[in-house]
Amino acid sequence: MLGRLGAAVLLTLPLPALAEEPVTTFTLDNGLNVVVIEDHRAPFVVQMIWYRVGSADEPRGQSGIAHFLEHLMFKGTEKVAPNAFSGIVEAQGGDDNAFTSWDYTAYFQRIAADRLDLVMEMEADRMRNLRLTEEDVATERQVILEERAQRTDSDPGALLMEQMRAAQFLNHPYGIPIIGWRHEMEQLSRQDALDYYERFYAPNNATLVIAGDVEPEAVRALAERHYGPLEPSDAIVPRDRAQEPPQLAERRLVLADERVSDPYVFRTYIAPERDPGDQAEAAALTVLAELLGGDGQTSVLARALQFDAQVAVFTSAFYSGTSIDDATFGVAVIPAPGVSLETAEAELDRVLAQFLQDGPDPAALERIRTRVRAGEIYARDDVQALARRYGEGFSVGLTLADIEGWDEALSAVTEADILAAARKVLDRRNAVTGWLTQAEATVAAPTPAPTAAPTPVAAPEDQE
Amino acid sequence: MIRAVLAALLALALPAQAEIPIKQVTSPGGITAWLVEDHNIPFTALEIQFRGGTSLEAPDKRGVVNLMTATLEEGAADLDSRGFAEARDALAASFSFDAGTDSVGVSAQFLTENRDQAIELLRAALVTPRFDQDAVDRVREQVLSSLRADEKDPSTIASERFERLAFGDHPYGSPGDGTIETVTALTRDDVVAAHKAALARDRVFVAAAGDITAEELGVLLDRLLGDLPATGAPQLAEAPWLLPPGVTVQDFPSPQSTVFFGQRGIPRDHPDFFPAFVLNEMLGGGRFTARLMTEVREKRGLTYGIGTYIVNMDQADMLLGQFSASNDKVAEAIDVVKSEWGRIGREGVTPEELEATKTYLTGSYPLRFDGNGPIASILVGMQMDGMPIDYVTTRNSKVEAVTMEDVKRVAASLFDPDALHFVVVGQPSGL
Repeated sequence: MLGRLGAAVLLTLPLPALAEEPVTTFTLDNGLNVVVIEDHRAPFVVQMIWYRVGSADEPRGQSGIAHFLEHLMFKGTEKVAPNAFSGIVEAQGGDDNAFTSWDYTAYFQRIAADRLDLVMEMEADRMRNLRLTEEDVATERQVILEERAQRTDSDPGALLMEQMRAAQFLNHPYGIPIIGWRHEMEQLSRQDALDYYERFYAPNNATLVIAGDVEPEAVRALAERHYGPLEPSDAIVPRDRAQEPPQLAERRLVLADERVSDPYVFRTYIAPERDPGDQAEAAALTVLAELLGGDGQTSVLARALQFDAQVAVFTSAFYSGTSIDDATFGVAVIPAPGVSLETAEAELDRVLAQFLQDGPDPAALERIRTRVRAGEIYARDDVQALARRYGEGFSVGLTLADIEGWDEALSAVTEADILAAARKVLDRRNAVTGWLTQAEATVAAPTPAPTAAPTPVAAPEDQE
Repeated sequence: MIRAVLAALLALALPAQAEIPIKQVTSPGGITAWLVEDHNIPFTALEIQFRGGTSLEAPDKRGVVNLMTATLEEGAADLDSRGFAEARDALAASFSFDAGTDSVGVSAQFLTENRDQAIELLRAALVTPRFDQDAVDRVREQVLSSLRADEKDPSTIASERFERLAFGDHPYGSPGDGTIETVTALTRDDVVAAHKAALARDRVFVAAAGDITAEELGVLLDRLLGDLPATGAPQLAEAPWLLPPGVTVQDFPSPQSTVFFGQRGIPRDHPDFFPAFVLNEMLGGGRFTARLMTEVREKRGLTYGIGTYIVNMDQADMLLGQFSASNDKVAEAIDVVKSEWGRIGREGVTPEELEATKTYLTGSYPLRFDGNGPIASILVGMQMDGMPIDYVTTRNSKVEAVTMEDVKRVAASLFDPDALHFVVVGQPSGL
């Protein structure tokens, strides 16, 4: 069974890049990178445009503007009437959407391959010609506030993760939530959105990925026609963000919320990311996460805490290194009934310390290598996931060789690599540990609720 | 310029039909399956559904099919829980098991190079699962943990409250995962009995897609499923429909209210199903151009997203919808939903709206078949729904055939704002 701490916990081994499907790359004169992935099994195509700008590039005090602009990009241009963008795609039998992360913002459509001309024309059009009215902005701001209410404020687990990231990154903008802090979201203006758009949305700051039943030469001709005439931006500079100072002390926090059912322990350690030409350590950490918490029956944490000691109901470990600056390595434990968070955390630390002594089980490592190799085969079934892999990789500054060499990097990881990476990263002085606990009801109740356990709970402010 | 391109495209032929060559395969032992052969990638996706699911269990055994299904991967034949997982990973196969209201589902993906070994392992899980006491107890604790989470989850609270109002004491009226009381009381014998009752050959549907021939699939089917019992538990009686119109508010500490709403729906085999399907897409399809998305989100900013669904269960048909809205806005959002629900019944739709929706539905249909995994999943669903094997090639013409008259007639008879019930979980103002 899967854990249920939220999407971040469910991340499994990222599938490796591969060279089986023909991949062609080229760059237009205005700086637009283009990647073409051929898959001729069915007459469809995916267009994705990836801007190399995300919430970590926002002006200070305007948290959420990257994501807000992503919503506003569907509002229209001189050629496309207000709110008509998705309707035009849908009327052609396609669908479309977009997503924002700390390092990138991406837009995509899936549609019959013979409609690529149309969606390219539309995507190129809104790269430079967005039109926004004050009314559009005011209404859409309500939508993103509702989005925050639904996805973050209504979910104690999401609130804990938001607090933990803020504690993990004291200085780097990765500590600011992508959706934004509510008080800043409420102030985001049309001009804020346009300033950000005009500066960052340009062909020399984007990667275009076209995947599906297409020929590279035909894609090149279409890209030249639609994207070729767009002017590059001269405001694109390397993304040198404020970096973290050395972490000198372990950070801890407790979030108490009456909507919590089973309490849990969640910990993230600061960890290195994949760097251009240097992704061996990130590969070792990816395999480490899989060994520690990738499987409910065989992983180190599950064996020790769910099977042997039986102090946990769920355990998990996760790491994703595809980012520009520091990543995090995470572990989580939901204690069994009657087991305190203190005990669960102590048991977690005991198992991690033991792993740092013993190192990985060679048979387990071999099984992971087998799955990495097989992953190359299974990955070919999902061309949109392949498109994402290339788009994301280029958006964080990796090279084609890095992206296509990821499977090889994973396969090359040795027991010694894993142990070295684990010893470096799994150090509580680099960590934030969060406890999510139940709280007594804050609403006034005529009589004390009988289920409110007399557990000592600390307010969220009680961080050390 | 975009208008010009659009006009040119509309003048072209209709969007591509799905060209999916589906074969029916009958094994030497008499088990049938649908197959799409595609030898481009050396693996196969296999989907199996056993009709029945959690609805076939007794009231005091609620949750047993879910517990049984979750324990299938926890040891089989001579392998314990860990041995089974290690064997599966060494083959780089993936299996998943899911207990639904009307069926138990099995999804598998395995490589061509070790297909026989993967099937032996999957067969062990389906035919000779061990259900070791320690595994049952461990998985039970996980189920209980998720049941405790359900009690604090506004979406689950809302849907369970709605189902109780609609179906009362019928199995559809209570959660298939069981309750803390029933799951705590389940024994290993209950789990073994549930396995025999749920996984039987008289209720199995199979589809495969990928690198496998019809002959190979036939042999595989007999090996995988041939030793399951011939018959299982009797299927369910038709569900009553008890839902009164109105609004139910359940207090929950949250800045937002979660809303689950609906009314009685339309059967899959009803002659007016396709007009209803097209209408639902226009009113509440999850797309940005659907009426509810336009009115509630785009124009008023009352929600992040709203959708409605035609839900066809084995013994009941519903029109359902859901959204979340801040506590001070939810009353207005409900008013907008009711008003749109009535407006489409009174006024129908415009010819332009109908055409745009039909081109979307017909054009996007082939996009669903984007890989072996999705194809196998769609094919097994079609069999469960009683569709003929050529449905994929006729489905779009059924959408095309929907006329303005059909839409007007069905909208007026089906969408009834006075029949809607809204379950609101939160601290709404003005309700």
